[in-house]
Amino acid sequence: MSKKASSYDDFFASRPRTIDLVKKGLAKRRAREKRFQLYGKLAIILGLIFLLTLFTSIVGNGYTAFMQTYVKLDISLDVDALAIDDPDNIQQLSTANYGGAVKAALRTMFPEVKSRSDKRALYSLISTGATYQLRDRVIRQPELIGQSITVWVPAADDLDMLMKGKIDRDVVQADRRMKDNQLVWVDKLISEERIKKRFNTGFFTSGDSRDPELAGIRGAVMGSLLTLIVTLALSFPIGVAAAVYLEEFAPQNKLTDVIEVNINNLAAVPSIVFGLLGLAVFINFFGMPRSAPVVGGLVLTLMTLPTIIIASRAALKSVPPSIREAALGIGASPMQTIIYHVLPLAMPGMLTGTIIGMAQALGESAPLLMIGMVAFIVDVPGNIFDPATVLPVQIYLWADSPERAFVERTSAAIMILLAFLITMNALAVILRKRFERRW
Amino acid sequence: MQTHTLVIVLLIFSSLAYYLGKKRAFKVAQGKIRNLHSLPSYYGLYAAMWCSLPALLILFLWKSFESTIITNLVVADLPAEIRAQGADRLNLIVNDIKNLVQGNITSGQIDTTLSAAAEHYANLQASGDAALTVLLLSLAVGASAMVLMRIKAHQRARNAVENILQGLLVICSSIAILTTIGILLSVLFESIRFFQTVPVSEFLFGLEWSPQTAIRADQVGSSGAFGAVPLFAGTLLISFIAMVVAVPIGLMSAIYLSEYAGPKVRATAKPLLEILAGIPTVVYGFFAALIVAPFIRNMGVSLGLDVASESALAAGLVMGIMIIPFVSSLSDDVINAVPQALRDGAYGLGATQSETIRKVIFPAALPGIVGGILLAVSRAIGETMIVVMAAGLSANLTANPLQAVTTVTVQIVTLLTGDQEFDSPKTLAAFALGLILFVVTLILNVIALTVVRKYREQYE
Amino acid sequence: MEQTEDIKFTNAKKASIDDPVEVKHRATVSREDRSTVGEIRVDSPRMSCTDVNVYYSGQRAIKDINLDIGNNEIIAMIGPSGCGKTTFLRCLNRMNDTIKGCEVTGSIMMDDYEINSREIDVVPLRAQVGMVFQKPNPFPKSIWENIAFGPRIHGLAQDKTELEEIVVTSLQKAGLWDEVKDRLDQPGTGLSGGQQQRLCIARTIAVNPEVILMDEPCSALDPIATAVVEDLMDQLRENFSIAIVTHSMQQAARVSQRTAYFHLGDLIEVGITEEVFTKPKHQLTEDYITGRFG
Repeated sequence: MSKKASSYDDFFASRPRTIDLVKKGLAKRRAREKRFQLYGKLAIILGLIFLLTLFTSIVGNGYTAFMQTYVKLDISLDVDALAIDDPDNIQQLSTANYGGAVKAALRTMFPEVKSRSDKRALYSLISTGATYQLRDRVIRQPELIGQSITVWVPAADDLDMLMKGKIDRDVVQADRRMKDNQLVWVDKLISEERIKKRFNTGFFTSGDSRDPELAGIRGAVMGSLLTLIVTLALSFPIGVAAAVYLEEFAPQNKLTDVIEVNINNLAAVPSIVFGLLGLAVFINFFGMPRSAPVVGGLVLTLMTLPTIIIASRAALKSVPPSIREAALGIGASPMQTIIYHVLPLAMPGMLTGTIIGMAQALGESAPLLMIGMVAFIVDVPGNIFDPATVLPVQIYLWADSPERAFVERTSAAIMILLAFLITMNALAVILRKRFERRW
Repeated sequence: MQTHTLVIVLLIFSSLAYYLGKKRAFKVAQGKIRNLHSLPSYYGLYAAMWCSLPALLILFLWKSFESTIITNLVVADLPAEIRAQGADRLNLIVNDIKNLVQGNITSGQIDTTLSAAAEHYANLQASGDAALTVLLLSLAVGASAMVLMRIKAHQRARNAVENILQGLLVICSSIAILTTIGILLSVLFESIRFFQTVPVSEFLFGLEWSPQTAIRADQVGSSGAFGAVPLFAGTLLISFIAMVVAVPIGLMSAIYLSEYAGPKVRATAKPLLEILAGIPTVVYGFFAALIVAPFIRNMGVSLGLDVASESALAAGLVMGIMIIPFVSSLSDDVINAVPQALRDGAYGLGATQSETIRKVIFPAALPGIVGGILLAVSRAIGETMIVVMAAGLSANLTANPLQAVTTVTVQIVTLLTGDQEFDSPKTLAAFALGLILFVVTLILNVIALTVVRKYREQYE
Repeated sequence: MEQTEDIKFTNAKKASIDDPVEVKHRATVSREDRSTVGEIRVDSPRMSCTDVNVYYSGQRAIKDINLDIGNNEIIAMIGPSGCGKTTFLRCLNRMNDTIKGCEVTGSIMMDDYEINSREIDVVPLRAQVGMVFQKPNPFPKSIWENIAFGPRIHGLAQDKTELEEIVVTSLQKAGLWDEVKDRLDQPGTGLSGGQQQRLCIARTIAVNPEVILMDEPCSALDPIATAVVEDLMDQLRENFSIAIVTHSMQQAARVSQRTAYFHLGDLIEVGITEEVFTKPKHQLTEDYITGRFG
């Protein structure tokens, strides 16, 4: 064998020195190395640019929605204008012609407006919300009747957009939402200091509306809250129970394998398919109410269960066997061991997984479209059986609306949604950091 | 009694049973816990469980099927000529009856048959409720009384309680399977009904999709066309664009972060990129429709190209952005699973870092990466909100990314969010599409998960 | 701190080079004295290390090692686990660079180059100083591709025939050719443990390095495979210098010309293998080879 080897030695001995060959190609290889690293950096930078663009465009479009334009009107509340005869009659007060009073106030301010179409253009500067605002004020203070009052009423969406610089005055009139005559009136209002922007509380306190300037997110936030409560109430106990069984009790057999594969698969099933399930089973088969948070919660429970189960199992796995052995060793039953010793240690991990699952559920919209949570609902839902919508679906609905002013509302609603999500995820991170234990 | 009152009463009964059970256990033990097999609270728990669980189970079952049962009973009692009117009409009538019962507005005027039926319905509901209340309360009292009487010192109350608990755990774990079965059955049943009107071959291979069936038979285009090929093609086109964006960026950023980046860069860039994964899809949809689509359109116009305002490119691009962190974190896991020994082997031969990555780590990690990409494809195919908001509705059969295409998920949403009767071919078509979507993603997931698992086992 | 090290440094020199100890009896150096005894330098060394220290995140793992690696010799490094022999070996082709928080100080000379310096490119260095690892680590590629990897990345072959020649010769030299010549396209991971390790050796030879470092190359192999690999090493010595870390004293005795004994990060004794095993000069060496600890 030794002889055989030495014949090959000639081969290597006759070859040029490796180091010389290597040095020849080195510059090229180093350049390739640099290029490869550059691709990596570019990929990360590109990803971060996408993130930045997304956030800046949302915030850039949305921050204006937190302010709302108001117009100061001097409204005379005389009995004739309101078309009432008995100021003490609540019934009459609530059906009185407040719209007429608002219009009359506008006409007094701009006596030169005569033609019917001009008048309509003038009235359209003020939101229909002004009427409701006035009605509520009068019902609260009936003594105002007969007096003349000065009120700040919300401007219509076009005027609001103009004041926020989102309607360009230089565009030709035909392509502009605000016509030339309207601009003249607006300039007069501005010069009389009758227009100002205030913090938009209505955005947080009202339900949905067809009028952008009146639309708020309270209904959607309540809907999301109710849906999440149902989801949490079901998915946390069920998820933890399933994880405990699979991790601690389940025998190693085919059935357990099937369940495990199943859970992993469910985690990757498209969310809209869960919506189909909800529609076919909960609504059509069990006859549960459409658009209700309870059904939404059920669907989202099924959707988030895999996440929670997987996270909970990981948390249980990380509790060292010595803890179980110690408890079993002093005579505790397996169930007692788990309830009193293992679960408390695994709880932070389980909660973290649950919060992440809830954040997923909060951002989900596709399956909820299927079960009718996409209806136009003005009322704020009070319980889990009321028709409701949720924040992401509200965003979808507003994004579909043609009015320019809904763009900023949509962006603002997204900002609120993202704020919730960031808070939840931060909570999960803190929880993980705080209770992270190295065994 | 109302359902929630009933539940509260049951809970009160259970607490009572718990208290009594505990007390009785003490008595049986003559005040010495040592004489008992289990702690007294387990006897109480056992009694409480028997008091509440069977009753709650029956309540749940009844409430699940109440409306179906009563409706069937009412329908059976309707005059024969009404019942003969066909399923659609009957559904309307049933809806009217239910609305009458709840005091809502009905669609038609109320005739005597209808109000009689409504009364019948209300009566059935009331007697059902009464019977249920009596049954549940007596069951609760009876069962707990029986358990309480039988409490003995040597009774293994703890084991009994734990067995019940374990049974509950088993039920909770089986929900995952029930969900899968539920999904399968719900899409399968409706799909079968759909395929009774539209042949499978036409659905799978037909080139024209226009589900707008007319309400009256004599209208133009009353038949509707259900050839889903344009939808499949659109879905694939958008998913392909998404993958073209997500795979290189996701993979390269994973490689950079795990092989090159220092701990500081890694600690900042990684969570930042993962934010992309936490953003709800509806936000991406809005971003696509508001920013990206007009941007691409303007770019195209300035280049002299004809770009649709809802181009496949915009939807695909944004979907790709959404999937970047998904690809990135899956590849990161996979790359980190490649043993250090292989890296050492390559470095030991004098390979540069990029040569090691490209020629050793990447081929070694390839199965895992492919698995991850398959999962990402499955996610792209099933993604709904981005395409609903940014892709079109018109079913064009095209490979041009600048044109508008529609996808399976878009059509499911469109078909099911309109005001259609549940039984029309239009809504049933949505379930057939759902079936295809479920089956395709399931196959992709199973393959992907198996590949990834095999890959992991290889290096464990 | 630096000063004390300096002092130690001079001590080490004194004990070893300036004043070579003529040892007549065994175990004349006490257990507490950790300075190196024996011939650390050789004539015309292939590599020459002076005062090499390695720190893992500040923790000193090996201390002031001075050692030469001669031409066409096999030098074995022995010692109890954790004594730093592998760490030292990995300094010789800068493999410690791949370990985070690892810092190497001191001088390692090769062909008048200081290889332990930031300016040196590790790529040509590692082509010159190849390494075989403890656990066989064939790439998950075909046998052919495993061998061709090195020549390909370094551009050692002008064309396909030359590459083929290198692959075949390397496999022949590693004594693997007859066993795998019919299945060169099958994955290298499918071979047996001993074959895999010889594949890794062939892979290293294919680059035609000048020094081969072997880190316990036989620890994962059965006795028959071990014998084959040892035989191989003996042949390789004709072309290469080999530094081998081994746990097995018998192996060191069988294959090496010189042996270095490491103990807790110190190089205790270096010398002709036969002498180290029969007449150890240091008490610790004697304790180790007589099996008092290990």
